[in-house]
Amino acid sequence: MIKFIRNFINFIIASMRMIAKGNIAYYCWLILLLILILQGGFAYLHQFEKGLIVTNMRDQVSWAFYIGNFTFLVGVAAAAVMLVIPAYVYNWGPIKEIVVYGELLAVAAISMCLGFVLVDMGRPDRFWHLTPIIGIMNFPSSLLAWDAIVLNIYLLVNLTVVTNILYSLFMKKHYNHKIVLPLVIFSIPMAVSIHTVTAFLYNGMAARPYWNSAILAPRFLASAFCSGPAILLILFQVLRKTTSFRIKDEAIHKVAELMAYAMFINLFLFFAEVFKEYYSNTQHIVYMNYLFFGLNGKMSPIAIWGWLSVLFGVIAFLIFLFPKTRKNFVAMNIGCVMIYTSVYIEKGIALIIPGYTPTVLGEIYEYFPSIHELRISAAIFGVGFLLFTLMIKVSNSLLFEELSIETIKNREQ
Amino acid sequence: MKKNTDLTRREFIKGAAGIAGATVLASCGLSGDALEAFLQKHFKELSNDEKAEILKRIEDECKAKYGKEVAVVGTPAEEGVLFAYALDISRCIGCRRCVYGCCEENNQSRDPQIHWITVLEMDKSEGVNLEKANSYYEVDKVPQPDKFYFPVACQQCENPPCVKVCPVKATWKEPDGIVVVDYNWCIGCRCCITACPYGARHFNWAEPKIPTDELNPSMHYLGNRPRMKGCVEKCTFCIQRTRGEEKKYPKCVEVCPVGARKFGNLLDPSSEIRYILANKRVFIFKEELNTRPKFFYYYGL
Amino acid sequence: MNNYFKSSFVILSALIFFSCSKSGKSEETIKTNYESNKDSNLIAVASPPFSEFIFPCSRCHKNIEPNHKRRELVWAHDNIKLEHDEKNRWCLDCHDANNRDKLHLADGRLLDFTESYKLCGQCHGPTLRNWLAGEHGKRTGSWKGQKQYLLCVNCHNPHSPRFKPLEPLPRPMKPSELRDTNGIRL
Repeated sequence: MIKFIRNFINFIIASMRMIAKGNIAYYCWLILLLILILQGGFAYLHQFEKGLIVTNMRDQVSWAFYIGNFTFLVGVAAAAVMLVIPAYVYNWGPIKEIVVYGELLAVAAISMCLGFVLVDMGRPDRFWHLTPIIGIMNFPSSLLAWDAIVLNIYLLVNLTVVTNILYSLFMKKHYNHKIVLPLVIFSIPMAVSIHTVTAFLYNGMAARPYWNSAILAPRFLASAFCSGPAILLILFQVLRKTTSFRIKDEAIHKVAELMAYAMFINLFLFFAEVFKEYYSNTQHIVYMNYLFFGLNGKMSPIAIWGWLSVLFGVIAFLIFLFPKTRKNFVAMNIGCVMIYTSVYIEKGIALIIPGYTPTVLGEIYEYFPSIHELRISAAIFGVGFLLFTLMIKVSNSLLFEELSIETIKNREQ
Repeated sequence: MKKNTDLTRREFIKGAAGIAGATVLASCGLSGDALEAFLQKHFKELSNDEKAEILKRIEDECKAKYGKEVAVVGTPAEEGVLFAYALDISRCIGCRRCVYGCCEENNQSRDPQIHWITVLEMDKSEGVNLEKANSYYEVDKVPQPDKFYFPVACQQCENPPCVKVCPVKATWKEPDGIVVVDYNWCIGCRCCITACPYGARHFNWAEPKIPTDELNPSMHYLGNRPRMKGCVEKCTFCIQRTRGEEKKYPKCVEVCPVGARKFGNLLDPSSEIRYILANKRVFIFKEELNTRPKFFYYYGL
Repeated sequence: MNNYFKSSFVILSALIFFSCSKSGKSEETIKTNYESNKDSNLIAVASPPFSEFIFPCSRCHKNIEPNHKRRELVWAHDNIKLEHDEKNRWCLDCHDANNRDKLHLADGRLLDFTESYKLCGQCHGPTLRNWLAGEHGKRTGSWKGQKQYLLCVNCHNPHSPRFKPLEPLPRPMKPSELRDTNGIRL
């Protein structure tokens, strides 16, 4: 036990050393992130003091940019781990090494999710009310209580798996099958459930007909399967160019192929929603009309985003559909950016804003994020990127730079 | 037996967390009252002694903030009472006397403005069509000939969606049917605002401001005591009036110049509410959502 | 329904009405009244809205010979414009020609001004029924105990009963108008 603790401390110290080491570009990147975090920290202090009045959220649109980002990032976190499925189920070699990176992305994304929930709270000082045992959780009826639980479990599971794998690499041992495998297998349904619970959070609001559709959760999953891997594909290429990270083209193409299926399902479900709304043409059509056109003869300010999201979704699907374009890195990267943008708009704007516009009493409030919301959100992304960068730095060293307990011992000698 | 041990364990952990929290906060230089407020338990978990202490603390806080003696009570629900409300759509003239009467009675924030009642103006030819509703009408005289008026506040649902979604049970339905909020337990996540089909819940986007001379000193813990920044509030059927010694009507009933607002005990067959339900044509707002409001719109004429 | 109607009448007629223009007095009167009839569920009404110095009417009218001819009033009360089935009715259909301090029902029975709702109820039967039940008009007081009614004439000018339009109070602020008003932004 003592030996284990000593080794683990060594592992932490070695990790810290790795984090501190880097070239100019690495330091510049860290400084950039720190600036981003700092400016948002000031904005948050102001928000903490004055209240959420500094945002542009109001009773009419009471969740907005923060929760939109939260929703999007839950999708990213879920999808990152979904890559585990082919790796473990089919025991498909090339993809296996990227699983660690998927889980690291999940950890970073969940951290950002929790950050967005925290800044969206009116009383962050009462966060302890929402913790098990010392607080009171409204089980089983409140989906937000569920969300708090599943997100934290998911975070813990992924942290445990990643730490275990990296620590084993450090110790030059094979990772502990008895702990890692069940956890990895457990994390797959967890990934599905975090996004499902988040979808149900909206879905269960019968007051908002725009969300009260049975295919909302499947749509969440499908869109997450598009955007999560898109981020990973770009990341892999960046890491491959800038760090010691290695990945085969074959693995990238495999992920791209999986994305093509996800994109098809995503578009299909979207089409099913559009059909239902426009063919039945009930009063509930106002929300979709607000998203794509406008109400009372006035063009809606989000219509352009609505169309952009659909357009990018379709183009990206076409790019990924044909093997020729899919395997062309330039085309594939354009497709990745497009699908990422498409899903980000869909979750950040097209999901939340029309849900509230018009309001339950028919009012139209044209929401646009305030400068504080943008600054604070940027800071949370900064925290997430920082976390991810540092974790990547450690895992790169362990996976590709032969860092281990032995190298440290050798150095000491 | 099992429950007992659970409780003690829970209490213990709470106590430990409390001490830890207290240390952290004390080192941050927080005053005793703020610390007590921070560590305050859920209203329903308080003993009578603790309740009395907290009511006293809130009275002191109000006095310190507004320089005015106030009385804060926590009167519980009376047995055999289920409150209900009726509003005559054919009579309301949209004068907004109720909106401001409510605001003064219930110590709503004047800046940023919070109104618990929203009066919608609608076209007679359209019926209750929210897409054509307007709450910002500005005219010299009401009623306008081709319009009718539709005031909306909390419908005090029997099946309240807001209560269902609250992650921390900070809002609940009392035995007399009033849906209340423990402002000190609410975490400000605004799930309930999203869940409410009637736009009846309002958030304190900033620290609420009330002029001292307009502060209503007769307060209820679950009702019109001043709220704080970051929590949600809503209509409570004037819990401080309706549950008080005198069992007064809610303020909006008393200020309505046309007598369009009716209030009473649904379980009392001789109440005006029961007369209306038996004799008038009633309209349930958003009936399809199965929220089962205890707020009935009706056509008196 | 009939029973309800009757009993309400009994209760109402048990009341001592008062005819003063000061509202301070009214509460006192109701209380005395309530205590002398502890067993019944009493209701009380507000005082009729007389214009100043108009009541008792007999003060002027006792020296004036009643003139039963329908005509437009030019000498006095010329400020009253009858807009209440004016084609078929005029002053003395409600006001009693011989006892100016009273009103009279269609059958000739005299009424105090404080009982004027009975006079109104002759034509507006369903409205009277709803008023007694608390549906029409405004009740104040306690939802469980003592209530106070407004008379028909407290809201409806008997000579021109249509409810007069009011000036509405200011519109609520729009969400875009709610701003952080104190302090600077960092």
